[in-house]
Amino acid sequence: MIVLGIESSCDETGIALFDSEKGLLAHTLHSQVALHAQYGGVVPELASRDHIRHLIPLIEQVLQDAGIEKTTLDGIAYTAGPGLIGALMSGAAVGRSLAWSLGIPAVEVHHMEGHLLAPMLEEDTPEFPFVALLVSGGHTLLADVKALGQYELLGQSLDDAAGEAFDKTAKLLGLGYPGGPALAALAEHGDPGRYRFPRPMIDRPGLDFSFSGLKTFALNTMQRTAKEKIDDGGLARQDKADISLAFEEAVVDTLKIKCRRALEQQQCKNLVIAGGVGANKRLRAALSEMIGELGGELYYPRVEFCTDNGAMIAQVGCFRLMAGETQPLEIDARARWSMQDLKVL
Amino acid sequence: MKILAIDTATEACSAALYIDGELTSRYQLAPRQHSQLILKMIDDLLAEANTTVTDLDAIAFGRGPGSFMGLRIAAGVVQGIAFAYDIPVVPVSTLKAIAQRAYEETGINQVMVAIDARMQEVYWCPYRINHQQWLPDGEEQVIAPGKIDVAEILARYEEPWVGAGTGWGSYADSLLSANRFQLHTILAECLPSAEAIAKLAVKQFEAGHTVSAAEAIPVYLRNDVARKPKPIVL
Repeated sequence: MIVLGIESSCDETGIALFDSEKGLLAHTLHSQVALHAQYGGVVPELASRDHIRHLIPLIEQVLQDAGIEKTTLDGIAYTAGPGLIGALMSGAAVGRSLAWSLGIPAVEVHHMEGHLLAPMLEEDTPEFPFVALLVSGGHTLLADVKALGQYELLGQSLDDAAGEAFDKTAKLLGLGYPGGPALAALAEHGDPGRYRFPRPMIDRPGLDFSFSGLKTFALNTMQRTAKEKIDDGGLARQDKADISLAFEEAVVDTLKIKCRRALEQQQCKNLVIAGGVGANKRLRAALSEMIGELGGELYYPRVEFCTDNGAMIAQVGCFRLMAGETQPLEIDARARWSMQDLKVL
Repeated sequence: MKILAIDTATEACSAALYIDGELTSRYQLAPRQHSQLILKMIDDLLAEANTTVTDLDAIAFGRGPGSFMGLRIAAGVVQGIAFAYDIPVVPVSTLKAIAQRAYEETGINQVMVAIDARMQEVYWCPYRINHQQWLPDGEEQVIAPGKIDVAEILARYEEPWVGAGTGWGSYADSLLSANRFQLHTILAECLPSAEAIAKLAVKQFEAGHTVSAAEAIPVYLRNDVARKPKPIVL
């Protein structure tokens, strides 16, 4: 079965072809980062307008890359939520109608399920059950992945996602948008031990996160340091590097503590990291060390499948279509959608 | 000739099938339900006519202006259907579609079309039939009703004008300068329809005005939809 996957939940248009026998056949991505950069964040209306311009050309491209005729497709999968409603609707409208026109089934995919199972796109595949940390600009959550379609939400961010906190703090530091990776790069030059940021919510039971306070803490630290150094020309690059490092250490440490707590609570040894922040070097190193101590395994997909992509949607869509799931003749998309409402396969 | 037409640009959701001069259609006032209804409408029409997608010569859609979300639903649906078999697409102005409906209702071939665009503006264009073709009087635009000079348009043409579209419901006072002058008729509840779009599409298709699936993109008119952030000052 060859499935076309469409991802358009936020600011990337991702398209892929997944074969139930051969795995991933082709994938491509159009990122809108440059479009939104001047506004300092994703503008939903501009995102929707960009998706509707790029969907068909990208679909044409993956078909060509894989040498597949569109009339030989067996199914179409698209992200139906959660995400920006206008962005989701663009992909859903194209995906559902193309399936109808070709006379093949369509299936809705939950964006998070795509991320949680993204490591299965790689050769070294985790076995069920595992704990997954999904950490990106839009989400921070811990889930127990018991089987295909069976997910228990263990905890999530009560305010900003970790990646959002990275980007907002980077913005305060004048590192542009999205500045998370730039902040991480600057942190490499930081002096450890000069500042210490709090680790939010670690002394409370449970597995929820809160990252919005860290950005405020960074702002206060910047203002205090700028005042102290007012006669030396204010905040220097080294000060920013030191603040970046202290911020990153706090986020990474907090994620590590909660991951360990989740693994111990679920009596599970294997951890999967997914989402854009999963590409962060310090986070990977810290989680790798922690998993080593527990005698478990750490899995993560390649960087391009950590961030939003069509491959993860095509893969989950293929699993669900093979299990007989299909979408009626309606175009549906939802900004909010609980992962626990998904059907177990 | 077989042309499928759809429109989801306003509160109305509609689909129409044109087969050699005969029209069948579905039309429903269904705000926020377009995405749930439109494919079933299309499926019904084709089944009723005992025809399939591969028999279609073209697919037409209301390309805007109108609700941004509605325009993208129509564009997305048309892209998906047309792409499957490389069927040509005919984008049709929703303002022109309203003019067509107003003309059918009144027999008057000059229509000032105004769709309420919210934010104290209207999507606006006067359309008139000349040599059996709809011609715009100026460009389609999004504009504050107070900036439109209806008297000037009336002065340029002797024949009567109709006002059509939801903009006339919201801003008739402003457009008519508090009734200092009058139009022949005002149809403030006139919305675009797939039937009207199908009729207009036949002419556009015959004139060779088609695009590919990938080029089936909405015309929003309102393009200043994002604000640049203010810099943070420490």
